[in-house]
Amino acid sequence: MTYLDHAATTPVLPEVLAAMTEQLGRVGNASSLHASGRAARRAAEQSRERLAEALGARPSEVLFTGGGTESDNLAVKGLFWARRQADSRRRRIVVSPAEHHAVLDSVEWLAKHDGADVTWLPVEPTGRIRPDVLAEALGDGRDVALASVMWANNEIGTVSDIAALAAVAHEVGVPLHTDAVQAVGQVPVDFGASGVDAVTMTGHKLGGPMGAGVLLLRRDAECTPLLHGGGQERDVRSGTLDVAAIVGLEVATTLAVRTRPERAARIASLRDRLVAGVVSAVPDAQLNGAPLDDALAGGPGRLPGNAHLSFPGAEGDALLMLLDARGIECSTGSACSAGVARPSHVLLATGADAERARSSLRFSLGHTSLDDDVDALLDVIAPVVERARSAGLGRR
Amino acid sequence: MRLLAAMSGGVDSAVAAALAVDAGHDVTGVHLALSPDRQTLRSGARGCCSVEDAHDARRVADELGIPFYVWDLAERFAEDVVEDFVAEYAAGRTPNPCLRCNEKIKFSAVLDRARALGFDAVVTGHHARLADGQLRRSVDAGKDQSYVLGVLRADQLASAMFPLGSITKDRVREIAAERGFAVAAKPDSHDICFIPDGDTRGFLARKLGSRPGPLVDAATGTTVGEHDGTYGFTVGQRRGLGVSAGDQRPRYVLGIEPVSRTVTIGTADLAGIGEVRTAVPSWTGGQPALPFRAEVQLRAHGAPVPCEVTSAGDGGLRILLDDEQRGVAAGQSAVLYEPDPDEGDRVLGQAAVRTVREREETVRH
Repeated sequence: MTYLDHAATTPVLPEVLAAMTEQLGRVGNASSLHASGRAARRAAEQSRERLAEALGARPSEVLFTGGGTESDNLAVKGLFWARRQADSRRRRIVVSPAEHHAVLDSVEWLAKHDGADVTWLPVEPTGRIRPDVLAEALGDGRDVALASVMWANNEIGTVSDIAALAAVAHEVGVPLHTDAVQAVGQVPVDFGASGVDAVTMTGHKLGGPMGAGVLLLRRDAECTPLLHGGGQERDVRSGTLDVAAIVGLEVATTLAVRTRPERAARIASLRDRLVAGVVSAVPDAQLNGAPLDDALAGGPGRLPGNAHLSFPGAEGDALLMLLDARGIECSTGSACSAGVARPSHVLLATGADAERARSSLRFSLGHTSLDDDVDALLDVIAPVVERARSAGLGRR
Repeated sequence: MRLLAAMSGGVDSAVAAALAVDAGHDVTGVHLALSPDRQTLRSGARGCCSVEDAHDARRVADELGIPFYVWDLAERFAEDVVEDFVAEYAAGRTPNPCLRCNEKIKFSAVLDRARALGFDAVVTGHHARLADGQLRRSVDAGKDQSYVLGVLRADQLASAMFPLGSITKDRVREIAAERGFAVAAKPDSHDICFIPDGDTRGFLARKLGSRPGPLVDAATGTTVGEHDGTYGFTVGQRRGLGVSAGDQRPRYVLGIEPVSRTVTIGTADLAGIGEVRTAVPSWTGGQPALPFRAEVQLRAHGAPVPCEVTSAGDGGLRILLDDEQRGVAAGQSAVLYEPDPDEGDRVLGQAAVRTVREREETVRH
C-alpha cells in the first residue's frame, strides 16, 4: 500500500500510542478533587503547558476541543457572537473562499440564520490572500466581527503570510482567526509572534489521535461558548477533558514541532521528486497552488508534503479510483459526506475553471513517506491518466 | 472478470454484488447519485438516491471488502430520464422512466465509463436471467424485471450481469440476512425515484403548469368535464376522472390528444385494444424475420399476450393481439417475448407504443 494522503490523516507516532495507552490505563476525571482526579488534571495541565511552549502560546491560551472542526466553529461563531454582543454594528465577517468547510459552513450558517454579512476575499492564483486586499475589505473595521484566513490550505498547500494579515486586521481593531490544522508541524507556527487572535489545530494531522484539537485563543479575545456545561476550558468550552487524547495530542505536537526542520526538508525533497516525475510522465499535468520553492518571511510558502496537480481531460474521481485499484491512496481534495465529487472550491476560488478543478488530485506526504512511495506512483501514473482520459470527464 | 456493481443501497443490488464476489470476480461497487439535491434521509418507499441509501450501499461494500465510490450522474439523469419523462407526458404519452434509466444511464453512461476504466461488465440487482447473451424472465415471476431491460441491445447485454435471475426475491432476502446485511429487511422501492412523495400528477403539475382541456365522452362526443392537464391521465385509468356518469358504469381513459388537450373517456366495452403500432424497435439479438408469433407485454407488471408481429411499413412494428387489452398507452414499451416455460421466456426486443387501435382500424391517439 502506498499512502499518499497524509493531509487527510497521518499514522499515529509510536510515542503517542505509548503515552496514550499508559494514560488510558488510569482512572480519573480531571475535574475531580481526589487523588485520581488530581493525577489526571496534572497530566492534562502538563500537556497544556508543553503544547503552549511548542506553539508560542501561554498555557491559558490553550483550549482543548474535540478537533479542528469544533475549533473552527467555536472561533468563527464564538468571536462573531461576542463581538456583535459588544457592538451591534459588527455583523460583517471577512473570510477567504478557499477555507476549509468547517469555516465556510460556519460563516454561511451565521449569514443564513444569524444576520451575518459576509465579505469574500479575492484570492491570488496561488491561493494566497494579499494583506492590502484584506485591508481594503476590512475598511475602517468598525462593522467587522472577525476575519478568518487559514494558515495553510488543506488542498493546494499554500501558506499564508499570517503575521502580515494579522497586523493589517489589528490596525483596524479586527480579530483574526486562522485554521492552522495543516500548518502545525509542517511550517513554523508561533502563536505569540504571529499576532493572530485565534488558531485552530488538531492532533491527527501530525501523528496524534483523532477527536482531539485545540483552539489557541488570546487572553483578551472574547468568545461566546458553543458548548455549555462544566466550563472546563476557561468557560469557553465545556466537557470532561479527554486526558488520554490530550496527552497524545501534546506528545505528537511537541515531537512534530521539534523534528520539523529535518522532516520538512526530507519530505519536501520527496515531494519535489514526485512532482517532477509526474510532470515528466504526464507532460501537460499542471501544478496547482504556489511554486514548489515559494518562500515567505517565516518559512516555506507551500506545505512541504503537498503536491496538488490537475490532469486535463481526466476526472479526479476516475484517477483516484484507478490509483486505488493499484494500491495508491490519494485524494481529490473535496468530497461531501456522501462521497460525491464536486469541483474543488479551493481551485475555483483561485480562478481555475471547473474542468481543471474537477481533474485534480492531491498527493500529500508525511512522516512515514519514503522514496518507494514516490516510485510506486511514478510507475503507474502515465497509464492511469491515459485510461482516465479515455473515460473522459463523464459529461457531455 | 473485473466487474462494476451498481449498488443502489437496496437488498437486490447488495446481494447481486455479493454473489459476484462469491463467484470469484474482482468487484468494485458504485452508487449512482442521480438527484442534484439529495435528501439526507430516505422518505417513503424509495430504494435509492438519498444519502442514507448511499450509506447503506457503502456499508455492504465495506462488509464485502470491495472498493466503493459514488458517481455523480445527476446531470445525465436529469436530461435523459427526468426531462424525457416530463416531455413524454406533455406529449400525451405514458413513459416508463425505469426503462429509460436502464437504456440511457445504467447500460449506457455507466457502462461506457466502466468499460473505459477497464471493467468488463456492469452487475445489477435486476431480477432477470442473462446467459449466452439471451435475456429471460426471472424464475420469480412476481419480481421479474425483464420488461424494463427489454430495451437493451446485444452489445449492452454482452457487458451486463444479472446474478439474481435464477433465485427468488425471498431467497435474496435470506442471503442478505445470512450475511448480516443491514438492508436484508429494507422495503422494496415502488415509487418513481425522483418523485419522493409518489404524487406523479403533482410533480407534473409543478413542471408543466396548468394546461386545462376538455374531457370528452367517446360514445356521444360531448364534453362532460374539464381537466387541468392531460399529463394527469394515462390510458386505461379509471379513478380520479372527476366525472360521474348517469348510468353508473365506470368510465376509463381511452385516449389523450395533447394538441387539443382532449382526454377521451368511455365505458369498458370501448377500452379494448386489438392492435398496437410502434416506433422503430430495438432487439436484444438479431431481428427476427417478420412476421412472427410471440408474446407481448405492454406495461411493467402486465400479463403477456399472444400476438402476431408484422411490419408497419414505416420502420415500426404492427402488433396484432390475440386478446383485446385495456390500458395500452402511447409511450409505453411493447416488449416481445418468445415463450419458454423451461428456460424462461426469452426477450426478443421492444418498441415504444405509438398508436393503438381497435380491430376495426379506428385510430385512437
